[in-house]
Amino acid sequence: MDEQVIIEFSDFSFQYYSQAEPTLHEINLKIHRGEKVLIVGPSGSGKSTLGHCINGLIPFSYKGAITGSLTIKGEDTQKKDIYELSKWVGTVLQDSDGQFVGLTAGEDIAFALENDNIPPEVMHERVRKVAEMVEMHYLLTSSPFELSGGQKQRTSLAGVMVDDVDILLFDEPLANLDPATGKTAIEIIDDIHQNSGKTILIIEHRLEDVLHRHVDRILVMKDGRIIADRDAHTLVSSDILVETGIREPLYVTALKYAGVDVSPEISPGYITTLKAEVTQTALTEWQDKIQSPPAKPKKPIILSLEDVHFSYDGIHPILQDINFDIQEGEIVSLVGKNGAGKSTLSKLICGFEKLDRGIIRYYGEDIKDKTIKERAEIIGVVLQNPNQMISKSLIFDEIALGLRFRDVPEEEIQERVEKVLKVCGLSPFRSWPISALSYGQKKRVTIASILVLGPRILILDEPTAGQDFRHYTEIMEFLEAINQLGVTIILITHDMHLMLEYSPRAIVLAGGRIVGDTAASVVLTNDAIIEKANLKETSLFNLAQMSHIPDGTRFVQRFIDYDRSVRHQ
Amino acid sequence: MTVKMKLFSYNLMDTFIHHLSGLTKLICFLFLTFAVMYSYDIRVILAITAFSIFLLLKSKIKFRQIRTMVLYVLIFILTNAIISFFFSPEMGVEIYGTRHDICKLYGRFYLTQEQLFYSLTKMVKYASVVPLGMIFLLTTNPSEFASSLNRVGTPYKASYAVALTLRYFPDIQRDYRDISQAQQARGLDLSRKAKFISRVKNSLLIVIPLIFSSLDRIELISNAMDLRGFGKGKSRTWYTAKKFNRQDILALTVSALIFIGSICVSVFINHSRFYNPFI
Repeated sequence: MDEQVIIEFSDFSFQYYSQAEPTLHEINLKIHRGEKVLIVGPSGSGKSTLGHCINGLIPFSYKGAITGSLTIKGEDTQKKDIYELSKWVGTVLQDSDGQFVGLTAGEDIAFALENDNIPPEVMHERVRKVAEMVEMHYLLTSSPFELSGGQKQRTSLAGVMVDDVDILLFDEPLANLDPATGKTAIEIIDDIHQNSGKTILIIEHRLEDVLHRHVDRILVMKDGRIIADRDAHTLVSSDILVETGIREPLYVTALKYAGVDVSPEISPGYITTLKAEVTQTALTEWQDKIQSPPAKPKKPIILSLEDVHFSYDGIHPILQDINFDIQEGEIVSLVGKNGAGKSTLSKLICGFEKLDRGIIRYYGEDIKDKTIKERAEIIGVVLQNPNQMISKSLIFDEIALGLRFRDVPEEEIQERVEKVLKVCGLSPFRSWPISALSYGQKKRVTIASILVLGPRILILDEPTAGQDFRHYTEIMEFLEAINQLGVTIILITHDMHLMLEYSPRAIVLAGGRIVGDTAASVVLTNDAIIEKANLKETSLFNLAQMSHIPDGTRFVQRFIDYDRSVRHQ
Repeated sequence: MTVKMKLFSYNLMDTFIHHLSGLTKLICFLFLTFAVMYSYDIRVILAITAFSIFLLLKSKIKFRQIRTMVLYVLIFILTNAIISFFFSPEMGVEIYGTRHDICKLYGRFYLTQEQLFYSLTKMVKYASVVPLGMIFLLTTNPSEFASSLNRVGTPYKASYAVALTLRYFPDIQRDYRDISQAQQARGLDLSRKAKFISRVKNSLLIVIPLIFSSLDRIELISNAMDLRGFGKGKSRTWYTAKKFNRQDILALTVSALIFIGSICVSVFINHSRFYNPFI
């Protein structure tokens, strides 16, 4: 046996007992000691299942039929239990909050040691050491409520490294992080790889963000098979990403738009390695050809906030000096790091919380006397997790709920629900149980159940969180269609792509104040705003700079305009 | 605004009481509580009360932290005294075997010195438990409390459940608030204006989504715990467990002595659980 192979799948297939079809088909894969491998694939491609097989959750927690073999460090995993595997494979799950089991960071890091009956004195020493590696040693007594998303993720990482595992498995590590924190996470993972030589597996569909640092190999999964296994340069040069429904890096899209032949010769795998000298002419010529779309005519102001202030306890301000106007029919992104006040702002607009000072106007009229229920008829809010909104078992009843609360006659309910079902593309599912729907469809149901009340403004919290590119596009195209019908849309999001592609304007919050209210292309190319709000500059801007294009912001805006015109053809 | 509501508002301070292990505090709390519960000698009870108030001050607990609790306890104690007087106004006379009337209240109700003394004893007795309980709750780290439970014999899975509940309670609470607000926006009426039946039905509209979103959370937590080896051994150690040191032994000895002392006073001096100043 080859000493260097640490994980080996041979003709490995897996079928969940609850599924009719196998989720993994005849996987053959060798991963070598010390390699850093990225596994990408759309939802349902089997990439998470592959991860579960490696860390032992399959078959320990999720039962199913296994054929073929999987060996880790030369031993058949079928003969090992999850506890033995956990000594070799450390897993960092995507929800850094949910997996935080301790009441403090120190306890959480110590969790595996506690279960190993390590004496407390030894444990404290090891926890301190490993916490230093991820720079959490000064926060060991903090509770999860006091830690940021990034700090919680560092804690989880320390919690698996404390066992000195051989393999680190990251299951969608970027899912709940703001852009700057996600970038740091990738840097930390890379530093650990460099310093410890551990084998690293990253499961993630956000390819471009992971490629902020070097990876040795990228596996592309689709329908339970590995359809590609290559390095970053050859992968982004091929058509595989587009065909599998994985978003290619934005700068690669820009190169393709400009007619540049994207091939391994120009090292396009990472923005930092790209040989920009060959792309400069093509990009400049392309940019000059793009026509800016005509400016939209001014529309009446539908929502305005004047001098809004808010705090929960009267001492610590959550929002200060909030002023902005939103025009009828706009799509606006509300961005900023966790805790910047984005959700609070949406709660104030919906009337869930009361302002300390200031005025919120709807078509010029102060809405302070409107109840939550009355406001819901003009401003609808859709929570991030559809499971938090769905309370009926049938789609029709779920959507009709708000109307039934308002004692609307049953005939009118029929009519209005049918209309919304049609708008949302849910008519064929009208009498389906909601439990049979996919995540994206459930999301549509929750949006439909709000739209049925006829709001003119829709506020959505992370509408595409956790969605792959295809579902992301589906949801966003749907929202654009709703917007075309005249509904003004406010998106609360961490997703820089979403902001660039779908919202011409972004309002940026940091520390409870507005630090930017301008075009998305300006926000994502402005260092000061990026730093204050934990954002990350777009790779398009880097591309412009590397190609010596003088006005990077204009280049980004041109890209957006062109991209939009291509999408709408 | 209830975001900051916590079950245990445990706070970390640098006092010798905070340094004691949770197990010590649990045992001392039981010793002292039994001592005051056993004795009806107001001298003993006052002495222990004074001691526990001294400890309360030593542990730097601020009055505002315990204000609400103290208020509730006072109301409870007063109501209890008044009600027990009306049910058995002669209890004091029966116990102490003498009768010193102070005045006639109404009908057959006489206020006696014995009854007054008995009520006073009982009130002080109940009140004395408050500082002890407060010290225990406010100076003990919940995880350390879980580890103490484990060390006095509770299976570690059950003990850990206590810590987990405290960990996730605020999360569930936040989910509840978000769901409730979103449902109210759709028109759900949770006010008292709605009829009882419809209020019950309406609360289901919050509880169902809460259950479904909590199930997701539970799956995640149990995976996270399995992946880090929870449940593989017959026992586990605790990061927060504190070693027994001299202070712990001192505290245990003092509380045990107080407990024994309280029993000795009853057995050898009063020859009863009651102290009788009337003969």
